[in-house]
Amino acid sequence: MVTVNGEQISGSAEPRTLLTDFLRDELRLTGTHVGCEHGVCGACTVIIDGFATRSCLMFAVQADGSEIQTIEGLASAEGEMHPLQKLFAKHRALQCGFCTPGMLMTAIDLVQSSKKLSEEDIRIGMSAALCRCTGYEGIVNAVSEYAEQLQDEEASNVG
Amino acid sequence: MKPASFSYLLPKTVPEAVKMIAEHSGDARFIAGGQSLVPMMNFRLARPSVLIDLNRIPDLSYIKDRGDYIAVGAMTRERMIENSDIVRDMCPLVHDATLNIAHLPIRSRGTIGGSISNADPAAEYPATMLALDAFMVAKSERGEREIGAADFFDGVLSTSLEADEILTEVRIPKAPANSGSAFIEISRRQGDYALAGIAAQVTLDDDENIIGIQLAACGVGPGPVRLNQVEDGVRGTTLTAEILSNAKEAATAAVDPEGDVHATAAYRRKLTGVMTERALRKAVLRAVGKK
Ligand SMILES: Cc1cc2nc3c(=O)[nH]c(=O)nc-3n(C[C@H](O)[C@H](O)[C@H](O)COP(=O)(O)OP(=O)(O)OC[C@H]3O[C@@H](n4cnc5c(N)ncnc54)[C@H](O)[C@@H]3O)c2cc1C
Ligand code: FES
Ligand code: FES
Repeated sequence: MVTVNGEQISGSAEPRTLLTDFLRDELRLTGTHVGCEHGVCGACTVIIDGFATRSCLMFAVQADGSEIQTIEGLASAEGEMHPLQKLFAKHRALQCGFCTPGMLMTAIDLVQSSKKLSEEDIRIGMSAALCRCTGYEGIVNAVSEYAEQLQDEEASNVG
Repeated sequence: MKPASFSYLLPKTVPEAVKMIAEHSGDARFIAGGQSLVPMMNFRLARPSVLIDLNRIPDLSYIKDRGDYIAVGAMTRERMIENSDIVRDMCPLVHDATLNIAHLPIRSRGTIGGSISNADPAAEYPATMLALDAFMVAKSERGEREIGAADFFDGVLSTSLEADEILTEVRIPKAPANSGSAFIEISRRQGDYALAGIAAQVTLDDDENIIGIQLAACGVGPGPVRLNQVEDGVRGTTLTAEILSNAKEAATAAVDPEGDVHATAAYRRKLTGVMTERALRKAVLRAVGKK
């Protein structure tokens, strides 16, 4: 039994089935992409129990009992894009889009788990995922603005 | 590629895990974070017929202050170590080393026990444990033993763990008063394995003489390399420009790296000297800054 994007799902998998393949082939959540299958590219990154994780380096059986967030769960049920998705569009942070799901899941964990992020921190954090198209500038700008947004929100919640 | 089939065992306690490995010794592997093992299985460079998953043993995940040392459970994630105040305050070199390991999503899952058992020559933790004279605790049905880092790492991807033993805990001596440390490395891209890296810790007396020095390198030998001769040249001195330049030269001469697709042997040797210089300088600055 796993919870995927808020929905409880039970399924069965051979022990050797990678979590990526379970998400894509069994659950038909094909937004999680497969690049290298050895942890290097980041295309398969999903958030498991709050932490960005490579789904290609986990067996589906190991996720039993976990809460998984994939790219499909970012937009609201009504189809309103997640703030970071809007910023990716605004900053032209994608071209072909292959890396984008992994970039978004990586960035959300990075920003939400850090108090304050410099541009340098964002570049280091986002080096966890590879993009063959954009040259990263747009990605760094989008993630920077998202980090600022969250900080402003926090400041106004406190104040 | 996809892994070959295996049967999957899920122990809930250490004694259960120990029993399972004894029963299947030879064709069974433990899986910790899977961040080194699963890539090897995906490429079928590893095809264990039995996989014993340590992820549901809560007793293996902790960071404890035990007086002279801190004890870290083998299944403690790299990310938990990076965020631990105990580690940052009492073993700052381990904190520094952790920030150099891979990327955030890898550290979400990778464990200290996995990294040390895997003993990749370029990995940060083995060199750090060697520099700090840490102890590894291993268990099997035959009992428990404590292994010093100098006896633990013995060659490429090889340790003195027996086939039926599980690593349960790492015991890391606390940094002495008036000490400073630094882990410095060069890699092709932030998060990649180091081409060469140095773990350094120095202890100063009141006149800023170096009374203690611990130095080890990664990426430049079959395993982590303790730089004894370099330590001898620095111990008892203050870090003058001359001492620093001698240390750099001694470090360059002390290692015998192999070249590969990432860097030539000569470049790695040169980097060892440069990293030694930078790590020593930073460690001493940090020690002075604390006073
Ligand atoms: C893209 C990428 C980049 C990386 N970069 C770095 C880097 O820069 N530096 C670095 O140090 N590491 C790096 N790693 C590796 C990462 O740190 C691994 O997490 C770590 O080396 C292994 O830990 P693990 O918990 O994932 O172990 P696993 O992969 O689960 O296990 C590794 C080996 O150790 C054995 N083992 C595990 N736990 C035990 C135990 N308790 N007792 C006995 N045997 C055990 C397993 O059987 C296996 O043989 C990288 C990994 C990836 C995918
Ligand atoms: S497919 Fe998982 S990191 Fe590349
Ligand atoms: S947008 Fe094409 S790989 Fe990043």
